[in-house]
Amino acid sequence: MTDITELTVSEALNALKKHEFTSTELTEAYLRRMEDNRQYNAYITESADTAMEQAKEADKRYAAGTNRALEGIPLGIKDLFCTKNIRTTAASHILDNFIPPYESTVTQNLLNDGAVFLGKLNLDEFAMGGSNETSYFGPVINPWSKDKPLVPGGSSGGSAAAVAAHLCAAATGTDTGGSIREPAAFCGITGIKPTYGRCSRYGIVAFASSLDQAGPIAQDVRDCAILLKSMAGFDDKDSTSCEVPVPDYESFMNGDVAGLTIGMPKEYRPEGLNPEVAAYWDKAAEYLKARGAKIKEISLPHTKYALATYYVLAPAEASSNLARYDGIRYGFRAPGQQHLDDLYINTRTQGFGAEVRRRIMIGTYVLSAGYYDAYFLKAQKMRRLIHDDFMNAFKECDVILTPTSPITAFPIGDESMLQNPINMYLNDVFTVSVNLAGLPAFSLPIGLSAEGLPYGMQLIGKPFDEGTLFNVAAKLEADAKFERK
Amino acid sequence: MSEYIITTSKGKWEVIVGLEIHCQIISKSKIFSSASTEFGDDPNVNVSFVDAGMPGMLPTLNKECVRQAVKTGLGLNAKINKYSEFSRKNYFYADMPTDYQITQFRYPIVGEGEITVDLSDGSSKKIGIERMHIEQDAGKSIHDLNPTKSYIDLNRAGVGLMEIVTKPDFRSPEEAGAFLRKLRSIVRYLGTCDGNMDEGSMRCDVNVSVRPYGSTELRPRSEMKNVNSVKFVMQAIENEAKRHVEIYENGGKIEQETRQFDPTTGQSKLMRKKEFAHDYRYFPEPDLPPLVLSDEYIEGIKAEMIELPDAKKQRFITTMGLTPYDAAVLCENKEHAEFFEKAATGHDAKKVANWMMSDFFAMLNKKRLDIAQSPVSAENLGKLVELISKEVISGKIAKDVFEIMAQTGEDPEKIVEEKGLKQVTDTGAIEKIIDDVIASNPDNVSAYKNGKTNLAGWFVGQVIKLSQGKANPGIVNKLVREKLDK
Repeated sequence: MTDITELTVSEALNALKKHEFTSTELTEAYLRRMEDNRQYNAYITESADTAMEQAKEADKRYAAGTNRALEGIPLGIKDLFCTKNIRTTAASHILDNFIPPYESTVTQNLLNDGAVFLGKLNLDEFAMGGSNETSYFGPVINPWSKDKPLVPGGSSGGSAAAVAAHLCAAATGTDTGGSIREPAAFCGITGIKPTYGRCSRYGIVAFASSLDQAGPIAQDVRDCAILLKSMAGFDDKDSTSCEVPVPDYESFMNGDVAGLTIGMPKEYRPEGLNPEVAAYWDKAAEYLKARGAKIKEISLPHTKYALATYYVLAPAEASSNLARYDGIRYGFRAPGQQHLDDLYINTRTQGFGAEVRRRIMIGTYVLSAGYYDAYFLKAQKMRRLIHDDFMNAFKECDVILTPTSPITAFPIGDESMLQNPINMYLNDVFTVSVNLAGLPAFSLPIGLSAEGLPYGMQLIGKPFDEGTLFNVAAKLEADAKFERK
Repeated sequence: MSEYIITTSKGKWEVIVGLEIHCQIISKSKIFSSASTEFGDDPNVNVSFVDAGMPGMLPTLNKECVRQAVKTGLGLNAKINKYSEFSRKNYFYADMPTDYQITQFRYPIVGEGEITVDLSDGSSKKIGIERMHIEQDAGKSIHDLNPTKSYIDLNRAGVGLMEIVTKPDFRSPEEAGAFLRKLRSIVRYLGTCDGNMDEGSMRCDVNVSVRPYGSTELRPRSEMKNVNSVKFVMQAIENEAKRHVEIYENGGKIEQETRQFDPTTGQSKLMRKKEFAHDYRYFPEPDLPPLVLSDEYIEGIKAEMIELPDAKKQRFITTMGLTPYDAAVLCENKEHAEFFEKAATGHDAKKVANWMMSDFFAMLNKKRLDIAQSPVSAENLGKLVELISKEVISGKIAKDVFEIMAQTGEDPEKIVEEKGLKQVTDTGAIEKIIDDVIASNPDNVSAYKNGKTNLAGWFVGQVIKLSQGKANPGIVNKLVREKLDK
C-alpha cells in the first residue's frame, strides 16, 4: 500500500469510509511527515494535540456511521484564518502572540464537516507578497527545489508547499491578487479563488477587503471541488458575502466542454512572453479544442492598467485594515513607551516587516488629501473598466484561459526581486485583474519547464460560475496528465 | 425679529453660527455589532469582538439604526437619500479600536431639510439642515484614574450616532439655543435619541464667525468641540463672537481652528490650528455594501410617523383653542403634550392648559417628579376641571382638592364627595344663610341701604364663610343683592 499521506482527499475519504485505516492513523502519519519535513518551513504552528482529538472524534463518527463530508481529513490552514484557541499570526511579528477567541466562518464550516486541523501554514506577512519571503517566520521552500531552494510562490506559500509535499491532505488559502493561484502554479498543484462573496471573510485577517477571497489549495481538481463545497456559503456576519446557493461542484466535473467557447485574451500574450509559457497555453487550448470546445481570441483592453490599479487599491485598503495593529489591545507592543504616539510608531515600526510597511505607506499616500483623486479615485474607475472588459468578453465566451504566471518558481533571495519590488509585483500580471473584477479563477498544473519546474494554467469564469471552471479544469487535468510530486 | 448685533465703539458686527450635533441613536444593539448599547454598565462589558477591532472581524449594519435615522430625517423635513454609502475616517486614537471610524462621507443617508424655531419675541425662523449621516461612536479614554496609565472603556465604542449638520443660519445665541431645544424635542418625540446632553447622548460642535454688520462675506470660523448643554452652546457663541470682534478690531486675524470650550469659565482655548488638522483619508468602506432604500421602505416609515411638535402645536391652537404660547409650552415635551391631551379630552381644554401650566407643573417641580411619576393622573386633572366647569366646586375649593390629589392621588370626585365640598347651589339653603347674616348685622344693612353698596362684597364673603366655602359665589352674589335691595 502507498503512503497514506499521498492520497488525495477523495481517495482518503473512500478509504476512511471503508475502514481501511482510521483518521487517527492518517493524522498520525501526517504529523510524522510534518516532523520529518520541517526544512520546508511550511507550518508556523503545528496543532498536533487538537488534531489528534479531532481525529478520534472522526473515528467515532465513522464507527457510528455519522461521518460528515470531510470527516477525519487532515488539513493545513493558512495562518490568516483565525482559529479559536490556536495561535494566528498572519506571519507577522505584530501578531506572533495572538490567540483568537473565535473561529473564522470558513474554518468553522470545515470543522462542521469533520475536518482535522494539523496546524497553521506559513504565508507572506499579512498575505503581502508573491514568494512567501516576507514572512516573519522565514521563507518556505518549494518542494520542487533542486540544487538551490526555490520560493513556493505567495502569499499562500506554506499552503501550496504543504500540499505538494504531502504535509496535509489539502489546505486553505486566500487570494487577494493571485495568492492561491500563483503558489499553486509554482508548486504543481491546484487551487481556486472563488467569486468574491462566495466564501465568508469573517475571521480572516483582512488585507484588502474588496479583493480578499478564501479558497482551497489541493492536489487535484476533485479535491478543490470537495473543499470549496464545504468552505463556501452565505454568512450574515460578512455583509459582502452573497446569498447564492452552493452547488455540488464535483458533479460539474462530469460535464462536457463540447460547445463551450474558450476565450484567449490577446493582451495576455505580450511581446517577450516566455515561449514555454506561450507553448503550454496553446497546448491547453488544443486539448480543449480536441474535445469540441471552440477557441476564440478575445480582448481585455484595460489589462495593461491592472497591475497599477491593483497596487493602488490593495495598499489603500491595507493601510486602513492594518491600522488596528497598534499595540493597544492585543499582539506585540513595543516595550517602554511613555506616550501614545511613541507607542504607535515604535510598535508598528518594530512589529511590521519592510514589505508591509511599504504597502502601508503607499496606501496612506494614495488616500491623502490632494492625492486621492489622482490615485485612489482613478484606480477605482479603472477597476470598473477592467470589470467591464471581462463582462464584455463573457458575451462571446464561457471561460477564459490564460497562463497563471509568466514564470516558474525562482530562487529564494533572488536579487532582482529583492532590489526592486516592482519586479516581484510583475509576477501578478495574469492574476490581479481577476480579483479586481471579483471573478472565480482556477489554477492547475499543465506541465514542466525545461528546468523541470511546474507551470500553471488559469481558467477564469463568470461570476458564481465556478461549476463551469470545474468542468473545464477536469478535462485539462485529464489531458495534461501532470505528475504531482 | 430683534437682531443680535455686537456693537462696539468701533463698529457693529453680525454673528454667523452653524452647528454639528451628534445624537446617539436609541437602539438595543450597536450600529455595526450585536453588543448592547446599555449606558452605565461596568466598563468593557458591552463589547463584541467587532467593537474591539479584533483581527478578521467585520461590521454588519443594524437595520434598526437605519430606521431610526430615516425617521429622524423625516422629522427634520429632510430628503431621504435612497442611495448612501459608508466610508472610513482614518485616525489613530486609543479608544478607537480599528483606528478608523465607519461613517458616511460623500453620500449621507439624509440630505437637506429645515426646522422652524420659535423665538422669545414671538417670531419664528427657519433653520436649514445641510445633511445628516450615521456613524459609530468611539469608546472613552479615562486619564485621571492613575498618574501613569490611561484606561479605556469600549462600552460606547460602536454605538450608533446621527450627525446633523446645519447650514450657517444662526445669527444669535438665542437662535442656536432654540434650535437645540427644538431638535431635542423632535428626536425625543420620535424616540430616536434621548437628547440628554449632560449624559453625552446629544453632543454639539459649534462653528462661529463674525462679519461687519451689513456685509455678506464669510470669515474664517472657529469650531468648538463637544459643548454639552444648551446654555453652554449659547455662552460659547456669545464669548467666541466677542473674542473674534476684539481680535479684528485690534487689527488681528482669525484663522480656522478647533477650540475646546471650558464650561467652568465659559471661555474656549485653542486645540489645534488648521495646519495641524487631521487628514482623515476618507474612502468607501469596503466591508459594507452601499445602503439602498426602496420607496416602499421610506413610505412605510412615513406612514408610521407620529405627530411632531409643530403639527401638534398647530392642532392644539386650531382645534383645542389654546393660545400659541400655551400650545408651544405644552408641546415642547411629548409626555406633557400627551398628558394634556388625555386630561383635556371631553373637558374645557383651555382651563386644563391653565391648570397644567400653573398648579400642576408647580406641584411636579416642588416634588421633583417627572410627569410620568405624577400622583395626579391626567384623567383626574380633567375631572377636577370638569367639577369646576359644572360648578360642582368653586375654583378656590378646587385648589384645596388639588392639594389632596397631589398628596393621595385620589379621584377628585371622591374627595369632593367624602369631604362634603360640593358647592351649595340650592338657593333655599343659601337664602337661609343670607337671611341669618342680614338678621345679625343690622348696622351693615342700614349702611348699605344708605349708599355704601360695596358692602355687598362683605355680605357675600360672610355667606361663603358660613357655608364653609361651599356656597356657589355667583348665586350668593345674586341673592345677596336681591335681598339687600329689597
